[in-house]
Amino acid sequence: MEITGNKKGKREFQQSLGFVALQMCLLAVIISLGVLLVFIFVKGIGVINPDFFIKFPEDGMSSGGIFPAILGTLLLSLVAVFFAVPMGVLTAVWLVEYSTSYKMVRILRIGINSLAGVPSIVFGLFGLAFFVKFMGFGPSLLSGGLSLGVLILPTVIRTSEEALLTVPVSFKEASLGLGATRWETVYRIILPNSISGILTGIILSVGRAAGETAPILMTGATFFTMRLPNSLFSEVMALPYHIYALMTEGTHPNQLAIAYGTAVVLMMLVLVINSIAIYIRIMARRARQW
Amino acid sequence: MSEEPKITVRNFNAYYSGKMALKDVNIDIPENKIMAMIGPSGCGKSTFLRSLNRMNDLIEGFTVTGGMMIDGKNIYDKDVDVTKLRRNVGMVFQKPNPFPKTIFENIAYGLKINKLCKSRDELSGKVEESLKEAGLWEEVKDELNKSAFALSGGQQQRLCIARAMVVRPEIILMDEPTASLDPISTAKIEELIQELKKSYTIVIVTHNMQQAARVADRTAFFMLGEMVEYSDTSVMFTKPEKKITEEYITGRFG
Repeated sequence: MEITGNKKGKREFQQSLGFVALQMCLLAVIISLGVLLVFIFVKGIGVINPDFFIKFPEDGMSSGGIFPAILGTLLLSLVAVFFAVPMGVLTAVWLVEYSTSYKMVRILRIGINSLAGVPSIVFGLFGLAFFVKFMGFGPSLLSGGLSLGVLILPTVIRTSEEALLTVPVSFKEASLGLGATRWETVYRIILPNSISGILTGIILSVGRAAGETAPILMTGATFFTMRLPNSLFSEVMALPYHIYALMTEGTHPNQLAIAYGTAVVLMMLVLVINSIAIYIRIMARRARQW
Repeated sequence: MSEEPKITVRNFNAYYSGKMALKDVNIDIPENKIMAMIGPSGCGKSTFLRSLNRMNDLIEGFTVTGGMMIDGKNIYDKDVDVTKLRRNVGMVFQKPNPFPKTIFENIAYGLKINKLCKSRDELSGKVEESLKEAGLWEEVKDELNKSAFALSGGQQQRLCIARAMVVRPEIILMDEPTASLDPISTAKIEELIQELKKSYTIVIVTHNMQQAARVADRTAFFMLGEMVEYSDTSVMFTKPEKKITEEYITGRFG
């Protein structure tokens, strides 16, 4: 058997060429991401100090902090979650465990996936037409939060579905075989064994909601307010919208630095949220017995 | 057989999305006996078993015609409550499938959902009783709060049998219960099955003809969705009526 030979043949050359191309692509992605992060950090880090987190904007937003925007973003995300989670998880449960028509599920799934691909400004427009005008909530924390909720709903449904499907069918059969109803099987066996996956999906979509501008642009975010929200019907400031406001309306040079500082805070926030999701996933994987 | 059979099947047909899986099956299964079903893969024996507790209802497009009676009542009648049916027709699966819960909670599950216990003491009592019947008590009595996944495959399967028994069904269905087990665990389970027939009617699907010969009172041979032959096990394995049955049990195909 002849197994030694020249490794510099044409096939090997093609292979190394392919590898190099792939590595270049990877490198390009990492570098552009890195440049982006460093750029924003360098420009924004100067304004970040403890006061930046707890103070109101001052002097026409050219100094002071961004506390109302941080609070606003947290509250908007909270409203979004309160809306999207029960609805999304229950929809997923229905799709996975209850529906009997495969055809219908497929049609619904196509609808949900398409919804996930709709540009976020369209959700803003929908929020304006439906929550602000039709429901009469006005531009408010509620309208903005619900618009964000609708935006993340498809993601919540999809990730919940995936989590539910990881539960082995054999658990379900065992439960049904003992005379459990579908609902008993869902809440005693299926949900407890998929909850970490569902949570991960929810947290990731919160990260998404926190960073969105378009859906809240016309539904609840305000350019500037000196008051903290005191009800669901207050208008709120929000981090992404604050950046937008500073960049488009500002004339004071310091506003640019504050905009970058706000961007850093927003990125940190999303990073923290995503890290929580990753942590939950790791813990759940370690605890999983099957 | 003079007494009334526990399960009576008449002209039973089953279809997956219109495709026939069982054709005109007629069987009487006597009470407190073990009935084994043998036959090559895809012969319909599992379909038949899973029709007996309507587990196939989960499959979209599954339909049946004809009658499948337990104590004279057709289980496919409109007024049948499937959850009650399944509580009375327990099932043990091919691969041991304990819940990712403790040993105790695995057994307690059926009692809890069917609300069969009024107190914590009664619950513990029934769990213990069931584990004893499954011959598992001595092995697990000190570790009831450990995960069921810590048990060996054979122990897990006996746990699943105990879990099925604790709600006191009248019939227990077993779908190749020893297919994934070693010979020693298999022997223990077969012993247990013999013990169980005092209280339950048992229907078992097996790939293993020797197993049918060892445990079953009656044996049915299925092929291509039809029940080819059904008789006392001793007759089936010594003087099969049909040529094809003989060819199968002597291992000429399978």
